[in-house]
Amino acid sequence: MARQRRRVLPGFGISLGYALTYLGLIVLLPLAALVWKASALDVDGWLRLLSAPRTLAALKLSFGGALIAALFNAVAGLLVAWVLVRYRFPGRRLIDALVDLPFALPTAVAGIALTAIYAPNGWLGQYLLPLGIKIAYAPAGVLVAMIFVGFPYVVRTLQPVLETLDRDVEEAAESLGATRLQTFVRVIVPALLPTLLTGFALALARAVGEYGSVIFIAGNIPLRSEIAPLLIVQKLEQFDYAGAAALGTVMLGFSLLLLVAIALLQRWSGRWAERGA
Amino acid sequence: MTLELSHLHRRYAGFAALDDVSLRIEPGEFLALLGPSGSGKTTLLRILAGLDYPDSGSVRQNDRDLLAVDARQRKVGLVFQHYALFRHLTVSENVAFGLRIRPRKSRPSRAEINERVERLLKRVQLDDLGKRYTSQLSGGQRQRVALARALAVEPDLLLLDEPFGALDAQVRVALRRWLRNLHEELGLTSVFVTHDQEEALELADRVAVMNRGRIEQIGTPEAIYQQPATPFVCEFIGKNNRIPLQRANGVLTGGQRQLGADPWPGNAVGSAIGYVRPEHLLVSSAPSQGGWAAQLRHIYLAGGVAHLELDVPALGQVLEADMSSDEVAQRGLQPGQALVVQPRLITAFPLNAQGEADAAARHVLQPQAAP
Repeated sequence: MARQRRRVLPGFGISLGYALTYLGLIVLLPLAALVWKASALDVDGWLRLLSAPRTLAALKLSFGGALIAALFNAVAGLLVAWVLVRYRFPGRRLIDALVDLPFALPTAVAGIALTAIYAPNGWLGQYLLPLGIKIAYAPAGVLVAMIFVGFPYVVRTLQPVLETLDRDVEEAAESLGATRLQTFVRVIVPALLPTLLTGFALALARAVGEYGSVIFIAGNIPLRSEIAPLLIVQKLEQFDYAGAAALGTVMLGFSLLLLVAIALLQRWSGRWAERGA
Repeated sequence: MTLELSHLHRRYAGFAALDDVSLRIEPGEFLALLGPSGSGKTTLLRILAGLDYPDSGSVRQNDRDLLAVDARQRKVGLVFQHYALFRHLTVSENVAFGLRIRPRKSRPSRAEINERVERLLKRVQLDDLGKRYTSQLSGGQRQRVALARALAVEPDLLLLDEPFGALDAQVRVALRRWLRNLHEELGLTSVFVTHDQEEALELADRVAVMNRGRIEQIGTPEAIYQQPATPFVCEFIGKNNRIPLQRANGVLTGGQRQLGADPWPGNAVGSAIGYVRPEHLLVSSAPSQGGWAAQLRHIYLAGGVAHLELDVPALGQVLEADMSSDEVAQRGLQPGQALVVQPRLITAFPLNAQGEADAAARHVLQPQAAP
């Protein structure tokens, strides 16, 4: 008689089946539909779409902006997470709660609020404009909105890891003669890198997909401050379903490529961690 | 290198971690700081490492003020209970860390570093594991990596904070003997913190017993065990039976038996406290003078030694006496048997009106055995 392997929790088969079905329905099916729809476009149509300067500019802004915003968030998020975990000060809990606000705020509201601040006659915009800095209705506005919506991801992924980071290790480095900078660069950052990359990937994905807040602040000037999702919406409004799906497919491909690259980088940066169970 | 610590005080919010601690650490000495948690031993170690600072007092190394030197420049090797290894570095990289981060002009060449790392790994018997990450090592191996890493920077002083605390019992004993040998080979001044008395007594040249931020007693392991100086040391080190004593008419009595002349005739308060080690309780079958009638309640056989639990009605308490297992078998001792116990050596302290023991008036009694 064959011996069965015992597990603490029963129902592996059922739960795996459920998970896969769920994933299929929620994620894979719509994506398959997208690709299916895009395949209606012929080669000529693809070429026209991909060579259009407007498409290229929009894709460049969407992905380039998202990368810059995610990088900025990685640095700023690390700083905020560090302060929230390592220091005790009055109002810490309040600030901690504020971090989640971009999660909860309807993105259109965020977009309008950011526009109100950075518009040429807004609270900050009126002082920035004389300095030659234009944020709202410019590509910089896209960045600001992308930074805003991606910010909580880095903080929230880093916090639990920072909390478990062993202080002994920093003290060990110090007694071995390391300066504070050396301790930070050679001990703390490598330990945080896999998590930092997770936060970076999440912030990036969020920024690439962001629509609501960006369209309010961007001004949506073709070739300058127009993001790819907006282009998709415009195609839909013109009943160009195949074109919209094709552009969506391109975004999907790019996103997948980026996420895989980050996952590989992450695996490399965490090569020292215990593997398996 | 002699370390002179004098009058160190350290307070944390309303709690004295160190309360007037003075201590001299001799060159090449292996010193143990032994005490329960919260006794200040780790604080003392952290002050030596430069990771904490006293509120007042001084630490001098030969004639240098050590407190003016920050942790980076102290040339102190530090080993932590939970190893504190750099998980993202291999074993070799961990050991090399302290050398690689040096400014270029004082950094040894790459070949020199590699050579030194290899030698150290050989010394801690890990020479074939240099390329592994620390997550692939056992606890005992990790602690040896931590030791090699600390030794790589050629410290003047080695500090170990509960170095065996996280290891299982067998590895602990093996690693501890190995560390003792290493210490003898290197002749490096070492201070280690522990709450495990067996570890401290077995490993150290001298033991400082700490309690509530003070050093209760400092001395060789033999002195700490054989001549405990304070009631705390009596209770903390080894096993001791605590017996209430009475003083009246120039005689010291316990459990209605005379134990000797009153050692503190000038003191007005009438009570005292005595400590008798289990091996200093003589157990006999015949009734005799100076002994307490007792009933054998239980025999705990622990290998070569048997612990006898004896109910003594005259004291209203249970005493523990030790005897070799062979003797228990020869005499055919059984639970329930009526016996007589006699203390042969009592460490006694007079109590004041508040019931506090006076450690300075410690007196050792050797009651006469009955004829």
